[in-house]
Amino acid sequence: MELDGIDRALINRLQDGLPLTPRPFADVAAELGLDEGTVIDRVAALRRSGVLSRFGPLYNAERMGGGLSLAAMAVPAERFEEVAALVNGFPEVAHNYAREHTLSMWFVLATETPERLFAVAEAIEARTGLAVRLFPKLAEYALDLRFTA
Amino acid sequence: MALTETLERDRPAERLADRSDGRLLRRLRDGLPLVARPFLAIGQAIGRSEADVIAAIRDLVETGAASRFGVIVDHAALGFTANAMVVWDVPDERVDAVGAALGGRRGVSLCYRRPRRPPVWPYNLFTMIHGRDRDEVRALVEELAAGCDLAGVPRELLFTARRFKQTAPCYGRDRRA
Repeated sequence: MELDGIDRALINRLQDGLPLTPRPFADVAAELGLDEGTVIDRVAALRRSGVLSRFGPLYNAERMGGGLSLAAMAVPAERFEEVAALVNGFPEVAHNYAREHTLSMWFVLATETPERLFAVAEAIEARTGLAVRLFPKLAEYALDLRFTA
Repeated sequence: MALTETLERDRPAERLADRSDGRLLRRLRDGLPLVARPFLAIGQAIGRSEADVIAAIRDLVETGAASRFGVIVDHAALGFTANAMVVWDVPDERVDAVGAALGGRRGVSLCYRRPRRPPVWPYNLFTMIHGRDRDEVRALVEELAAGCDLAGVPRELLFTARRFKQTAPCYGRDRRA
């Protein structure tokens, strides 16, 4: 999708958070010198095109009382597609990436409780026959997923 | 009299309960309705008032359960198509200082300390680095290493080969399901 100046301004503004007011798009429109209908149409188009992947709360898993951990598996190349399908079938798998390393599959487990992390990791091991290594966060130094459009 | 009744009915009966309102969390997971009054639309779908929905979301942000309520961009669609998890084996006594230094630098979106898993995995500091191509990522890593006194620290770049899944964590799942 070709982005113009208005799209870029909207993307940059909305990454900082939507006003929690009855007419949030009208408030954003006023800030950027646009009208409410334009903002809604543009945001809808950006979402359809996939530039905006999600619109909602950016959760902090620990404060939600849930479990969250990065996890990795060494998946043989010839089993990659099959294992990816099995792993992605777990609703607790929020992200999954192939990376260039012996530990070739890296995914994020998000569970309703911290204890469930281990149960889900064991279930993935049972289903795939491969070891799951958990890499829980020990300290956070930066988390900023905003990108300048 | 009618006004008072309305206010009484609209006032959240128990704010703490809002934090675990599964219907609201599930509805939010589907994404915000793109209409002039999105919080009214959500409220209508789950039988709560607009003010109540706004208060509940504000509560998520103010209590730190959510860091913000906004959009997540697909950085690849913005041209950041080269992404690497860059991992470092930093001596434990230096890791907090190095993490803080790396975390504040341009191009670093995530910087976490995580456990080593010897012998397969000696690295304890994880960063995500983004660029428009792989050379830009490699150059950024060199710049970070030079700027944060990490020249002698073992590191590895794990470029993202494919993305299979990227969804929001699934909170407020219906436990009856």
